[in-house]
Amino acid sequence: MRETRGFKIYRGVTLTVLGLFVLVPLYVMVTSSLKPLKDVQGAFSWWPSNLTLAPFVDMWKTVPLARYFVNSTIVSVAATVFSVAIAILAAFAVSRFKFRGRTVFTTTVLSTQMFPGVLFLLPLFLIFVNINNSFGLQLVGTRLGLIITYLTFSLPFSIWMLAGYFDSIPRELDEAALVDGCGPMGALWRVVLPAARPGVIAVAIYSFMTAWGEVLFASVMTTEANRTLSVGLRQYSTQTNIYWNQIMAAALVVSVPVVIGFLLAQRHFVAGVTAGAVK
Amino acid sequence: MSVATETAAPAPPKPRSRLEHRPGLNRWLPYALLAPAVLLELFIHIIPMLVGIWMSFVKLTKFFIANWSSAPSAGLGNYKVALDFNNAVGQGLLKSFGVTVVFSLVTVAFSWVLGMAAAVALQPEFRGRGIVRTLFLVPYALPAYAGILTWNFMLQRDTGAVNHVLNQLHLTDGKTFWLIGGNALISLITVAGWKLWTFAFLTLMAGMQSIPRDLYEAASVDGAGNIRQWRNITLPSLRPVNLVLVLVLFLWTFSDFNTPYVLFGTAQPPAGDLITFHIYNASFLTWNFGTGAAMSVLLLIFLMIVTGAYLLVTGRRSRRA
Repeated sequence: MRETRGFKIYRGVTLTVLGLFVLVPLYVMVTSSLKPLKDVQGAFSWWPSNLTLAPFVDMWKTVPLARYFVNSTIVSVAATVFSVAIAILAAFAVSRFKFRGRTVFTTTVLSTQMFPGVLFLLPLFLIFVNINNSFGLQLVGTRLGLIITYLTFSLPFSIWMLAGYFDSIPRELDEAALVDGCGPMGALWRVVLPAARPGVIAVAIYSFMTAWGEVLFASVMTTEANRTLSVGLRQYSTQTNIYWNQIMAAALVVSVPVVIGFLLAQRHFVAGVTAGAVK
Repeated sequence: MSVATETAAPAPPKPRSRLEHRPGLNRWLPYALLAPAVLLELFIHIIPMLVGIWMSFVKLTKFFIANWSSAPSAGLGNYKVALDFNNAVGQGLLKSFGVTVVFSLVTVAFSWVLGMAAAVALQPEFRGRGIVRTLFLVPYALPAYAGILTWNFMLQRDTGAVNHVLNQLHLTDGKTFWLIGGNALISLITVAGWKLWTFAFLTLMAGMQSIPRDLYEAASVDGAGNIRQWRNITLPSLRPVNLVLVLVLFLWTFSDFNTPYVLFGTAQPPAGDLITFHIYNASFLTWNFGTGAAMSVLLLIFLMIVTGAYLLVTGRRSRRA
């Protein structure tokens, strides 16, 4: 690519248009969260009539946001921890061993990622209801049910990405560990994992984002007791008033941790996506 | 790639990993490592899918939800209801399918074009490139519902930013309904595209990093302009990336639930009645899981046919090339 004048004009126009497309909603989210209620109920204005932090205070009272926050945090952290641990083991098997059924495993697991969630939703809901009836283990309306479900959502991509990472770590390294008397699990723990740390971080962030943002299953599997943020934020609009300023404030607060996490790890993320796409 | 190495001239035998020299341990360890993943995938994905297929053949109404084994067989009844385009249920499904096809094709095209335009613009290094790239990734990083809720607010008729801007630019009278009526589809495409194009961008940008620079330099020496370089170097090099990207974008958009659900709530306008949302409502508003399951199976069959045809066509073309 040569940076001709034509290219510079193209770049200027493209980046301006796309920048506005991305920025305007973000701007609206931030400024609306600083507006008094009457501002968001009248005609739209670009700037608050008077800046206020009240929405960030009131949003905790209008709906039990703190409880949704706790639920989302517990569910997402637990799903992430289990998903990453299970993915590490599976990816190690796929990357370092030759065994019967290896291809079947990888293709089946990856293809489950591609099927629409609504396919499993109804049967899974029924299975959960019936497990409760037969064994007394409650999975609908509990955090446990959500954790189990969510961790499988990120599992396929995590295994795929980690296997790619493990493949890029020279086998001589684990051989050396074996010579030093480690078992295979020791080699995984002491050699492979430390070398694959960026990959593990990327996969963890991906798992967390998946669980934190999930809507479909949360809308069916949650009751008031285990409601997560993705469904809970809708409660602001079922009241007689729609508290758009509080909705925007809450949306901002629930987004900041994941956005920062993602942006910090974006390099590893991009590398992981490419490693997979190129293969 | 592996095929190429196998057919290549006598390569030295691949040094076997020491892990593979321990036959006893070797036989069961990989399976033990895979067991948790396999069990969970079975429990949450494979078994429910099989149960879903069974459900589509029984009369599973709300009376049998807690006692499903006694649900009477329906034969192909659920499929007949779903595919009878003379009655309301069948018509609804057909319309929803049509809306989804349009939504999906336009959103994929929209996302790909924007993603490509941005990736090309950011290909040569310049000051501020990192900041722009980071900014473009924010819609992707944002939890889906947070972005969609913001758009929901912006698309409100009387208080939203979209009507305000359109009115100020003298394009409309500022009284357009975006979330009900025929405009719902436009809103869906915009909102879904807002998040999705950044994924296309991320993937294409990553793919472009692996195109060797000297290809462009050689082409420049030969007098090829930027547009020809894009057509003759960038596009062909990105082919493998594009093949996967377009398929993934299609499968995602075709089964998009978040966008209509968060944008419209339970009152979906017919013009925005995407298929996943349609099945969801058909099942949970009437608690008739049998028909819902039949619709889901039909959706699965459709997606499998499309994916299979896509892989077949693209595979054949690359073999010919």
